[in-house]
Amino acid sequence: MSEPLIEVGGLRKFFHVGRNRVLKAVQDISFTIAKGETLGLVGESGCGKSTAGRTMIRLYEPTAGSVAFDGTDVTKLPKSKFKAYRRKMQMIFQDPYASLNPRLTVLDIVGEALDIHGLAGSRAERKRRVERLLEAVGLNAEHASRYPHEFSGGQRQRIGITRALAVEPAFVVCDEPISALDVSIQAQIVNLLIELQKKMGLTYLFVAHDLSMVKYMSDRVAVMYLGKIVELARSEDLYADPRHPYTQALLSAIPVPDPDLEARKERMILKGELPSPIHPPSGCPFRTRCPAATVRCSEEEPVLREVRPGHRASCHYA
Amino acid sequence: MPSELNLNADSDASPDRFRKIGRDPKRAERIARKSLSAWQDIRYRLFANKLALFGMYLMVAVVLFAIFAPLFSHYNYFSNDLDRTNQAPGFRHWFGTDDLGRDMYVRTWKGAQISLFVGVVAALIDLAIGIVYGGIMGYFGGKTDEIMNRIAEVLYAIPYLLVVILLLVVMPPSLTTIIVAMSITGWINMAWIVRGQIMQLKNEEYALASRALGAGPFRILFRHLIPNAMGPILVTLTLTVPGAMFTEAFLSFLGLGVQSPIASWGTMINDGVKAMTVYPWRLLFPALLLSLTMFAFNVFGDGLRDAFDPKLKK
Amino acid sequence: MKTLLDVKDLSVSFGVYGGEVQAVRGISFAVTEGEAVAIVGESGSGKSVTAQAIMRLLAVPPGKIRGGSITFAGQDLLALPEKEMQKVRGRQIGMIFQDPMTSLNPTMTVGAQIMEGLVRHRRMSRAAAKKRAIELLATVGIPHAESRISQYPHHFSGGMRQRAMIAIALACSPALLIADEPTTALDVTIQAQILRLMKELQRQTRSSIILITHDLGIVADLCDRVIVMYAGQIVETGTKREIFRNPQHPYTKGLLRSLPRLNQAKDEPLVPIYGTPPDLIMPPPGCPFCSRCEEAMQICETDVPAFTRLSETQSVRCWLQHPQARPEECGGKGASA
Repeated sequence: MSEPLIEVGGLRKFFHVGRNRVLKAVQDISFTIAKGETLGLVGESGCGKSTAGRTMIRLYEPTAGSVAFDGTDVTKLPKSKFKAYRRKMQMIFQDPYASLNPRLTVLDIVGEALDIHGLAGSRAERKRRVERLLEAVGLNAEHASRYPHEFSGGQRQRIGITRALAVEPAFVVCDEPISALDVSIQAQIVNLLIELQKKMGLTYLFVAHDLSMVKYMSDRVAVMYLGKIVELARSEDLYADPRHPYTQALLSAIPVPDPDLEARKERMILKGELPSPIHPPSGCPFRTRCPAATVRCSEEEPVLREVRPGHRASCHYA
Repeated sequence: MPSELNLNADSDASPDRFRKIGRDPKRAERIARKSLSAWQDIRYRLFANKLALFGMYLMVAVVLFAIFAPLFSHYNYFSNDLDRTNQAPGFRHWFGTDDLGRDMYVRTWKGAQISLFVGVVAALIDLAIGIVYGGIMGYFGGKTDEIMNRIAEVLYAIPYLLVVILLLVVMPPSLTTIIVAMSITGWINMAWIVRGQIMQLKNEEYALASRALGAGPFRILFRHLIPNAMGPILVTLTLTVPGAMFTEAFLSFLGLGVQSPIASWGTMINDGVKAMTVYPWRLLFPALLLSLTMFAFNVFGDGLRDAFDPKLKK
Repeated sequence: MKTLLDVKDLSVSFGVYGGEVQAVRGISFAVTEGEAVAIVGESGSGKSVTAQAIMRLLAVPPGKIRGGSITFAGQDLLALPEKEMQKVRGRQIGMIFQDPMTSLNPTMTVGAQIMEGLVRHRRMSRAAAKKRAIELLATVGIPHAESRISQYPHHFSGGMRQRAMIAIALACSPALLIADEPTTALDVTIQAQILRLMKELQRQTRSSIILITHDLGIVADLCDRVIVMYAGQIVETGTKREIFRNPQHPYTKGLLRSLPRLNQAKDEPLVPIYGTPPDLIMPPPGCPFCSRCEEAMQICETDVPAFTRLSETQSVRCWLQHPQARPEECGGKGASA
């Protein structure tokens, strides 16, 4: 593997909710992402995966830990120095209906990216650049003068991608970019992301809850549960031989578009729901829903350890 | 069951029609609908609302009369005609005359100028201070919000009349004094509305997206958040205008407002009340127009709110 | 099998600024008793509008039923006065909505919302209704139903709310249950729970189900028959085996191809459906899928294809079925698995 572009060390993000209550959204997560690699980050809603992505590019200030971009810890940089890194670390948002300002035209939405970093000299050049970017994601130049609500979900998401790529980033956090889209459109966006990655040498953090798409997109996959990474492995390994019972349950829950396979499939269905991250269970966070939980799991918290080369899992019995 | 295709019906079709053309990427991304900005959409919904439209016409009519009626009359608002005091409405004096024989028609529309001026200026001052103050409170939150909010609460707690009376100690009774008096506390309501809106909007993904691009707080606030909060802001604005007009009328009624011979609707109503039993028209016309104007602003404001947020109406 | 619901030539449109969106354009289908039918299509295909039309929940205006008929258990729903329709809703047809966060009333306890239908439609006493409500909550898998019943929706998580929604929909044992994207807002593990629950309930109650979804994946488990909608029209219908094993419409094929399989190799690209569905304010004159169809022919641009019957159960609306369409493509035509 090539050298790491992103190194996350012990990243933590806590939110204060009400008096004396702390929501530990992200707890000591560490991983690296190599140049040109895609790391998938999966988990159910409320597991902290989106918070992790947002904290990595400092949309939220981390409570503790470090995020190094190309060797520089960006979490410690003053705002003025950080602006240069903003350009390098971009984000694509989940909801293509909420992530575009309804009062601005596409030209102004994408153009803002150029304005902030002074990338377009004149208005004519700004317009030309936006149009060229739109064409690169499969839209037409005429779309620049239209407003977000005139577009379909897939088209809007492509506008969101255009905005992120306008500043020529090296690292992009894709925060559930396809989960709000129709299935027929999801593949379009995923293919576009892969194509752009090849063309521009991008590095992705692909946050999602859909494991089949994550597997397709990612080189390695990290599974999060209640703010912690419970398993991290190369995507083929993770899918072929999941070690953590939570990963096994997630994989088993994926519906298969095949009536015969579906009829034969033994599905592992988890009991209950995600515990509140304000009052996490003692010991292993997953033990309340785990079919194989033992006394040890409630007493001792498992550490994320290497279960075989390049495959880490945090389960006593992995 | 769906109807079936009779394959033979088309057998005369030329084979050329079955030539493969494949996907048309240009057309597959075409947007058929004609471009409609969010503002145009709001205008469309506003104009579909008959009552709001009526209110708007009424507002425009009052403004036009206020500007032009005094210009095209051969009377003016200050000349006395002691031979014709307290005349009833008629061909000569459409709205009658007052106790000094001044033409009520001209005075009423002159009064409209003053009242509208006070209303609009006070509302605009509220808007300017309210947006900036409320925007900063809402966007920065935390300690900044807490301190600024406390200041606003303290100001809000001071009785309004006290402020006016204290102000009159240092300033002469005039239009400026009234506007200053109203603005000292008037903006607070607007600021709170803006604050609430901004707090809600600042977590929208488009604001985050702009932040992710490196935009500073003022760019996000004034380019992304305020324009999207414009609905409630404009509604509050249109409802502030009649409120300010009413306050002016009230202060003038107390004798704290504009001084004779200039008249506002408030001072005219004040004069009219004294002669109400004998010369009712001196009260009727300014009071009627004040009520109509306030009604117009209120229905227009309501229509505006529905146009901005169609969900509310359902 | 007796037909429970018969929709004939239904057309629905919405008035918008500058025209009319023809959301549903002449669709016909039937649901027999005890059958689970899936209506699959992307947003804007008219699938949810169809459900709302059946329930007569369309906002009128801007919505408007332009034509067609909906017959349910012998009665013409479109001709029914609103008062009578209220008796059909909830009692004979139950509905589960997409978003469990907004489809429950936040100011009423969950129990009261389940009991509402029982008291109104079944004329049950409050005590009996409460007992039944507790049973229902237990049936949909909510633990401690006795205490849960007096809680408000905000005490429930997303998955639990959807279970409560199902309990409300099932309260009066309706003959037909319409589920409009019941799992789209839920996580995969919760989605699996809800789908299993619906399957079990269907087995127990033998009520008919219309499942509306954009995800073909969840259809495979639950449904007997699939109706594929595109741009306000039905483009293909068949049993689920026919649709999954032998899809004939390029759109159905595209939907299946754009789903990644877990055993898909990374270098094996997904085949998406490119482009965007047409704006139904100006529906294209020919086949609506034409501009996104790799197989499109000249005739597709100008003429709307009619249905070709491929088997007792499968029909498709595509010009490729025409004998004059390229013969190599038509070799396997009509052969169903």
